[in-house]
Amino acid sequence: MKHTLSVLVENKPGVLARVSGLFSRRGFNIDSLAVGVTENPEISRMTIVVEGDDRVLEQVTKQLNKLIDVIKVSDLMAEESVERELVMIKVVAEPKMRSEIMQIADIFRARIVDVSPKTLIIEVTGDEAKVNAMESLLKQFGIKELVRTGKVALTRGLKSVQEEK
Amino acid sequence: MARKVTGAEAFVECLRKENVEVIFGLPGGAILPIYDELYDSNIRHILVRHEQCAAHMADGFARATGRTGVCMATSGPGATNLVTGIANAYMDSVPIVAFTGQVPTSMIGNDAFQEANITGITLPITKINYLVKDASDLPRIIKEAFYVASTGRPGPVLVDIPKDVQTTKIEFEYPKTLELRGYKPTIGGHPLQIKRATKAIMDAERPIIYAGGGVIISGAHEELRALAELILAPVTTTLLGKGAFSETHPLSLGMVGMHGTKYANYAMTETDLIIAVGARFDDRVTGKLDAFAPNAKVVHIDIDPAEISKNVGADIPIVGDAKNILRELIKGLRKRPRAEWLNKIEKWKKESPLRYDRSGKELKPQFVVEQIYELCPDAIITTEVGQNQMWAAQYFKCQKPRTFISSGGLGTMGYGFPAAIGAKVGCPDKTVIDIAGDGSFQMTCQELATAVINDIPVKVAILNNKFLGMVRQWQELFYGKRYAATYLDTSPDFAKLAEAYGALGIEVTKPGEVKLAIEEAVRSDKPAVIDFKIAPEENVFPMVPAGAAINEIIDYEG
Repeated sequence: MKHTLSVLVENKPGVLARVSGLFSRRGFNIDSLAVGVTENPEISRMTIVVEGDDRVLEQVTKQLNKLIDVIKVSDLMAEESVERELVMIKVVAEPKMRSEIMQIADIFRARIVDVSPKTLIIEVTGDEAKVNAMESLLKQFGIKELVRTGKVALTRGLKSVQEEK
Repeated sequence: MARKVTGAEAFVECLRKENVEVIFGLPGGAILPIYDELYDSNIRHILVRHEQCAAHMADGFARATGRTGVCMATSGPGATNLVTGIANAYMDSVPIVAFTGQVPTSMIGNDAFQEANITGITLPITKINYLVKDASDLPRIIKEAFYVASTGRPGPVLVDIPKDVQTTKIEFEYPKTLELRGYKPTIGGHPLQIKRATKAIMDAERPIIYAGGGVIISGAHEELRALAELILAPVTTTLLGKGAFSETHPLSLGMVGMHGTKYANYAMTETDLIIAVGARFDDRVTGKLDAFAPNAKVVHIDIDPAEISKNVGADIPIVGDAKNILRELIKGLRKRPRAEWLNKIEKWKKESPLRYDRSGKELKPQFVVEQIYELCPDAIITTEVGQNQMWAAQYFKCQKPRTFISSGGLGTMGYGFPAAIGAKVGCPDKTVIDIAGDGSFQMTCQELATAVINDIPVKVAILNNKFLGMVRQWQELFYGKRYAATYLDTSPDFAKLAEAYGALGIEVTKPGEVKLAIEEAVRSDKPAVIDFKIAPEENVFPMVPAGAAINEIIDYEG
């Protein structure tokens, strides 16, 4: 099963290596990883998407909690959190195809962020399903390059991933 | 008022604040400023012959005294040589702080001479490690290092100090408090869980207490004895739990698991309630997991939440310090007779004691360990790894905590001798004996120089069978006696080797010589090595083959 872990950590060198080491040691591949500083500049938030056996993941979560530089770990449930990912897609866009591509972008509320004689870069934000749908529609035109930020997520409502362990 | 000092001066000052009296280490270019500062200080430095042993000595010191051990090495190879010792301390939850020199900050990452990324290398084997890039951080980092190493589930911490940081002038002030947002070990057990455990214990017909190294770390041995005597439950220990409960106590079952006593393994299989205290259900204890204690509920007391339900599911987990939890637990319990269960255990004890062939003229390793126990029951015993370790665990009856020191988790050959030196430095009034094998001893025997020069009179009892004995035993039992690479045919004369270093060397070939040799070695004020030429193909029994259930036991058929 896929899990989205939200991990508050000290904003220090070496922390990412310690966190990722706990996964790699058990042969887990991290599907996506997004890290950035939080409202407190001393603290960063990692959003880690990983697939694996629930029992082993529970063990990894406990081990994560044990790291001195890890402040808090939560396993975010999809229905209780808002999830987003930003993707940029460089798509082949000969002049005659351009309007069709722009229409698709429009439907997905995506933005064109770069235009060249033969390509367009489209920026799209959304959850995984939306991003995947967009990608598969653009495939027919030829995708030259694609980059994803990895998923970020926050719990809905008043609840938050508090600082205290 | 803060005053200006160099990083190296601050380092020595910090160690004084942490009451460090001894450092085990070996200098090199990148740590010279600190060594220069230590030269004038009253902190004792013990020069080792290999940095791995500095880490093991700090580890042995910590296990024998309960205080944090300190070791030190230079950058590059000095630091990487510490790695086995740090991994060993990590696996067995031993508080040590390792300091390493590092190339100057301007050269880090450039593959400079004697540069190694030691914080990267030790990432998975330290509780935390630090690369000090700003000298003014040094006091705080050292305070954190000692705090983290010694609290919660203890373990090693490494502090890597670049050479220029050692010479930079800083305003020195030792912090009074620490702020570690992500580190707050749970100490007190949850009252509701303790209440549930109380009920489970009162309901149980066949309870067993399974005690590990955590009991010793927590200093909970008296509470453990009180619990056992109150609920009249037998107590079995892990290898690292030896000494948590006196093995001469009528309720003691000795060690459990692969080379545990038969009665401990039978009791573990038939129990209806395991009270696990500071133990982690290691694979050497459980054998085949599916068949382990099939009818038992599990109360699991441990300070590390990550150990709960890791291998064996816990019905009642209690996270916290063992001493606190046991104290609380006892309050809710009453005496309850369990005659049927204890009678059954007595019967197992009578029917299947530890035994070996005592009839022949050969020198038996079990006999040697029995004699060491008879003559020095109060000694601190360290062991190497393999057959020597298991015979020591089976035949030396530990009565007090911190008297049996052995590499459990990592299983590091060569650990016992330097650990003995560390233990003796920490407890100079105790007799310290390393029960060794001829294979293991040769991994760290160069430390005879350290023991002799620093006047640390430890004793080494080599159970010399001219084999890497435990591996040979597996080859005999499971690989058709094909002794690939286990025969040690060119070992030195160990007695002469000891003498060459200025220690006492004794060779023993007959059972009749054992007692005198031990007495002579212990009486001597020098380090001593006794080379016991034992029966070469003696096996460690009982034995649960790897992957079998712990009641499927191979034993000596006499």
